[in-house]
Amino acid sequence: MELKQLISQKLQTSFPEAELEFSEFRNEFNVKFNKKFVNPICKFLKEDSELEFLLCEDVTAVDWAKRKNRFTVVYHIFSLKLNLRIALKADVDETDCVIDTVSSVWKTSNWQERETYDMYGIKFKNHPDLRRIYMPEEFEYYPLRKDFPLLGIPGSLPLPKK
Amino acid sequence: MDRLTKDDVNPKILQKLLEDSDITIEDALENEMILNMGPQHPATHGVLRLLLRLDGETVVGCVPDVGYLHRGYEKMAENMSYYEFIPHTDRLDYISPLANNVAWVLAVEKLAGIEVPVRAQYIRMIVAELARVASHLVAIGSFAMDVGALTVFLWTLREREKILDIWDILCGARFTNSYTRIGGVANDAQPEALALVKKFIEEIDSNLSECEKLLNTNRIFIERLDGIGVISKEDALSYGYTGPNLRASGVEFDLRRATPYLQYDKIDFKIPTFSEGDSLARYFVRADEVRESAKIVRQVLQLMTPGEIKANLPKSVLPQKVEVYSKMEELIHDFMIVNFGINPPVGEVYHAIEGSKGELGFYLVSKGEGHPWKCKIRSPSFIHIQSLPHLVKGRMISDVVAIIGSIDPIMGEADK
Repeated sequence: MELKQLISQKLQTSFPEAELEFSEFRNEFNVKFNKKFVNPICKFLKEDSELEFLLCEDVTAVDWAKRKNRFTVVYHIFSLKLNLRIALKADVDETDCVIDTVSSVWKTSNWQERETYDMYGIKFKNHPDLRRIYMPEEFEYYPLRKDFPLLGIPGSLPLPKK
Repeated sequence: MDRLTKDDVNPKILQKLLEDSDITIEDALENEMILNMGPQHPATHGVLRLLLRLDGETVVGCVPDVGYLHRGYEKMAENMSYYEFIPHTDRLDYISPLANNVAWVLAVEKLAGIEVPVRAQYIRMIVAELARVASHLVAIGSFAMDVGALTVFLWTLREREKILDIWDILCGARFTNSYTRIGGVANDAQPEALALVKKFIEEIDSNLSECEKLLNTNRIFIERLDGIGVISKEDALSYGYTGPNLRASGVEFDLRRATPYLQYDKIDFKIPTFSEGDSLARYFVRADEVRESAKIVRQVLQLMTPGEIKANLPKSVLPQKVEVYSKMEELIHDFMIVNFGINPPVGEVYHAIEGSKGELGFYLVSKGEGHPWKCKIRSPSFIHIQSLPHLVKGRMISDVVAIIGSIDPIMGEADK
C-alpha cells in the first residue's frame, strides 16, 4: 500500500498539471493522465532511482465504442526493484487519434505500438517505424475496432496480383 | 550475382532496409544482396519471414515480418464467453498448451474473484511445469538441429513423448489439452497419471544429461554458439525480454518468484541465471530450468493432499458432467453458464504467468457481460522476435539460424 502512495505522491509533485487519477481494482494500481504527458511520465517512472520501472510489459488500447474519448491506450509496466506492476492509461479521442510514442523510453514498445496502430488506428507521434504489423500494408480497416464485423469485410483483402 | 537495383525490391521494404543500416544502395558493395528468408523455412520455427541485407555472408540489416499465422484471437475472444476461449489458448503456444490454459483461467479468476481449491492449484502447477519441460526439450532439440546436431532432436522428443503420454491419461488429449476450467480443473489427477509423473521426473535428470553429453562436449556446437547473438542486460530489459532469454543475460527475474501465483511461494527452487547473454547461455538456462521444474514437481507431489478440484460456486463454475445429467439444479447452472457466460464484475485486470517462453499475460476488460469486452494476449515470442535485428546485425548468415533457435519463438503465439 505504501508503495502505491509513494508513486502517486511522486507523480503528483512532478506533474501537477497532468490531470492524474489513481484507482485500484483487484490489487492492481492504475494511473490515468492526460495524453500530452505520456512521454515525460514514462521517462520519469523509468529513470527515478526509487522506482525504476525498467520493464514495459505491454502496450495496447481499448475501444469503448460509444464513449466520448473513444480509446484508452494502456501501458503495463513492471519494476524489478519494487516487484510491482502498474497500469498507465491515457484517453485518446477518435477525432484526434494521436499519442506520443514511448519507444524512445522502452525499445520494446516499438512493435507493441505498431500492433496497436494496426489494430486500432491510433497513430503514435515520432514513432520510428509506424507500419502495419499483422495485416497487409494495403488493408484499409482497423480490425479490433468495435465497428469492424467479426466475419470481416468481403473484398477487403485482395488476392495477390498475378 | 549482379547488383540489386531499386526496382527489384518492394520500394517500401527497401526504404526500411536502408533506414535500418547506414549503408545505402548507392554505395553497395560488389556482393551486396537482399535475401528473403522464410516464411517457409525449416529453421524459422513456423512462418517467420526475415528480410536480410547481406554483404557477402555478413548480415548488415534485418527486418522481421510477422503475421503469416494471424488468426485474430483477440477479436474472437471479444465474441465468445470466457469458457469458450479455453480451447483457443491451446493454439497460441502449441508446444506448451497447458501453460496457456493455466494463464487464461488465472486471469479470468482474478477478474471474477474466484478462489480455487488447493489441490486444483497443485495440479495446475504440475501441468504447467510439465509444459515448461516439454517446451524446453523441444527448444533444445530443435535448436541443436538448427546448428546441425540432428540426434539430440530425436532424443529430446523421446522424452517429450513421455509427457504427452502423461497428458493423454490426465486429460484425454495429447496435444491440445484444454484441461483447466474456470474455478478448477476438468477432472482430478488419476493415480496412474501421478505415478507416471513421478517416474518421469526421476528419470529426466539422467536422460537430459545423456542429451547434454552430445552437446556440451561437441566442439562444433559450442563454437557455433559461443559469443553469438549477445544481448546485454540493459538491452534485454529495454527490449522487453522475459523468461529464459532474460535470465541468460544476467537478470534474475522470474514471475514465479517476483509475483507468486498458485502455490509457488511454498516451493523451494532456484532461478538459473547466466551472465553471458549469448546463444550458448540461453541453451544452458533452458537445460537448467528443466531440472528446476522437475524439482518443483517433486515437491508438489509431496505437498498434494486429496481434496476438491473445483470451487463451489455454482453461478460461475461449470458442474461435473455426471451431475448435469442427474440433477436439476446442476442442469440449470450448466445451461446458464454455457449460454450466457459467467458475468464477472466491471473492471480490468492484467495477469501474467511465467510461461515456458517468457511472460505470458492476459489483459481482460469486462463490462459485466458474459464475454470479455477486450482481451489482449501479451505473448513473449512476439516481443523476442522484435530484437532479432539487434542480435543478427554484423553476424554471419549461418548465425541467423542459430540465433532464431536460441530465442525460441513460436509463431502461433507471436501471431496470435
